Amino acid sequence: MSEQHAWLTEHGDYLYRFALARLRDPHQAEDVVQETLLAAIQNQSFEGKSAPRTWLTGILKHKIIDLMRKQVREQPMEDIGEDLPDEPGMDEFFSGDKRHWDEAPQKWDVPENDLEQKQFFITLQACMDRLPKKLASLFMLREVQEEDNEEICKALDITATNAWVMLYRARMSLRKCMELNWLS
Amino acid sequence: MLSCKEASRLISQSLDRQLTVRERLSLRFHLLLCDMCTTFRRQLSLIRVAVRRYKTQIENNESIRLSEDAKLRISNSIKID
Repeated sequence: MSEQHAWLTEHGDYLYRFALARLRDPHQAEDVVQETLLAAIQNQSFEGKSAPRTWLTGILKHKIIDLMRKQVREQPMEDIGEDLPDEPGMDEFFSGDKRHWDEAPQKWDVPENDLEQKQFFITLQACMDRLPKKLASLFMLREVQEEDNEEICKALDITATNAWVMLYRARMSLRKCMELNWLS
Repeated sequence: MLSCKEASRLISQSLDRQLTVRERLSLRFHLLLCDMCTTFRRQLSLIRVAVRRYKTQIENNESIRLSEDAKLRISNSIKID
C-alpha cells in the first residue's frame, strides 16, 4: 500500500472528525479531507520533521480557512452591513437610553451531567447554525479553530475593528439564543 | 462611567485582544457596580468553554468515521496513475 493510502487509512477518520467539529457539515468535512490529502500528495513536502498526522492537520486547517474565505466572499451584498463599525441594529439589546440592558442577562452553566450536557451541546449547535453565515464563519475560526485575530483578518480581508464588532455580534446572538432555548 | 453597552463591547473584545490599562480599569469599575454585565461576562466565558469542550468531544469520538463511500471516493481521487 502506498504511503498516500496509509495517510487515508490511518488518519482519514481523525481528519474527518477534526473537520466536522469545525464545519458541522458532513459533506463539507468529507470534501475538505479529500482536498487535504490531494494537496498533501501534490506537495510532497512531508519531510518527516513532524508526525504525519500533525502535518496533515496543518494542511487541513488551511483548507478550512480557505473554505471560510470563499464563503465570506460569496455573501450577498445586504450582509455587508454586518461589519459596519457602528453596527446599526445592535440596539436590540440596548434600546431606550441605550445605557442599560433591556433584559438582564440570565445566569446559567454548562451542565456536568452527561445527558444534560448532550442536550446543551445540541442547543449550542442549533444556535451557531442560526448565526448569519459570515458571523458564523468568523466565530468558528476564532472560537473553534482558535485562530488569532490577525490571522483571521488577513484570511477574511477585514479590519481588526470589523472583526471585533462581528465577534461581539456573534456572541450577543449566541448568548441570547442560549437563554431562549436552553433556559426555558 | 461606562454604559452597559460600552462595557459589553469591552468584555467581548477582552476575549480577542489585550485591553489598554484605561479600558481595563474602567471595565473593572463598571463590573464592581453592575451585576448584569458581570453575568454577561460569565455567559461569554461559558460559551467559550462550551464550544471548546464540544469540539474536543467530536475530535475524540472514535465512533465518528468517514463513510465507506467517502473513503472509496477519496481513495480513488488520490490514486496516482
